[in-house]
Amino acid sequence: MHEVSLMESALEIAFRQAKEQEATRIHRLGMRVGSLSSVVPDALQFAFDALTPGTLAEGGCLEIETITAECVCEQCGVAFEPDSFIYACPSCGLPSANIQRGREIEVAFVEVS
Amino acid sequence: MTPSPDRSHRVVDVHESVLGHNDEQARRNRALFGEKHIQTINVLSSPGSGKTTFLQRTLADLRGTLRGAVVVGDLATDNDARRLSESGAPVVQITTGTICHLEAQMVYQAMQELDLDNLDLLIIENVGNLVCPAAYDLGEDFRVALLSVTEGEDKPLKYPTMFKTAEVIVVNKMDIAEVVGFDRESALENIHAIAPGAAVFEVSARTGTGMEAWYGYLTHRMEERGKR
Repeated sequence: MHEVSLMESALEIAFRQAKEQEATRIHRLGMRVGSLSSVVPDALQFAFDALTPGTLAEGGCLEIETITAECVCEQCGVAFEPDSFIYACPSCGLPSANIQRGREIEVAFVEVS
Repeated sequence: MTPSPDRSHRVVDVHESVLGHNDEQARRNRALFGEKHIQTINVLSSPGSGKTTFLQRTLADLRGTLRGAVVVGDLATDNDARRLSESGAPVVQITTGTICHLEAQMVYQAMQELDLDNLDLLIIENVGNLVCPAAYDLGEDFRVALLSVTEGEDKPLKYPTMFKTAEVIVVNKMDIAEVVGFDRESALENIHAIAPGAAVFEVSARTGTGMEAWYGYLTHRMEERGKR
């Protein structure tokens, strides 16, 4: 799994923000993770716990918001939340390759002091 | 934004992609490939599906038609690089250590070892893994996902994210399909359900069966690319 390297990148972003804010501690790191991103939230938490001791984020907490997937049917233009990995349109049944939402892996916010 | 009880605490909105750094490098790679007129493919599969044999044969058979090179990622050893070198094509090994996927920066570094002015096709053989490499754009033109008949017909259903990003899906080891009881129809049905737009090639990289269709597709894509 690559959650450790993803967390390293997320923490780099957080440390840079903290520096810009002239903050000395990171209390919370907020992330948004799409349901199609193949990222396991528990593994991110594990990586956070393993990587933060001795850093600005030591003792801080990780908050993960899961973003549900949304596809748009190319045939009928309907936006829908896929209920299986086929991404079949609920009205016409055609599988959609037009994914609007659900692949995000991002740092949403940091709480610092 | 969540209000914070302690006034010295502040919540800073960030909204920055964790893969932003990789995506930027991938864009730079893509621009360089465009400038040098190099078609680049990112080849993905689970370990043991025959990726190296497939690429070995592709490079050997197309030698003389096009100038190919390979960048190959593995956690350890340069065994694959040695096998690929037998085709006569330049090969650069990236040993990722503990990292389960290739990143755009690794590919950029490996590219420095190749003569990009004398290259038509760059094949990136990713680390054998059907999960993590899906998230990392390397700057490729398109992705090729490989599965073999011994892996089960439902592989595309188990790893949808990977198969959905592939424009080409290769079913390898067709020469032993019958012996291992491969249900071809159900496999193709699953592939089309997950990746409706993908081109599918059923091959045996070992015997060469079905490889011509793949070469035809690849050279067609290169010609199309040249027209752009």
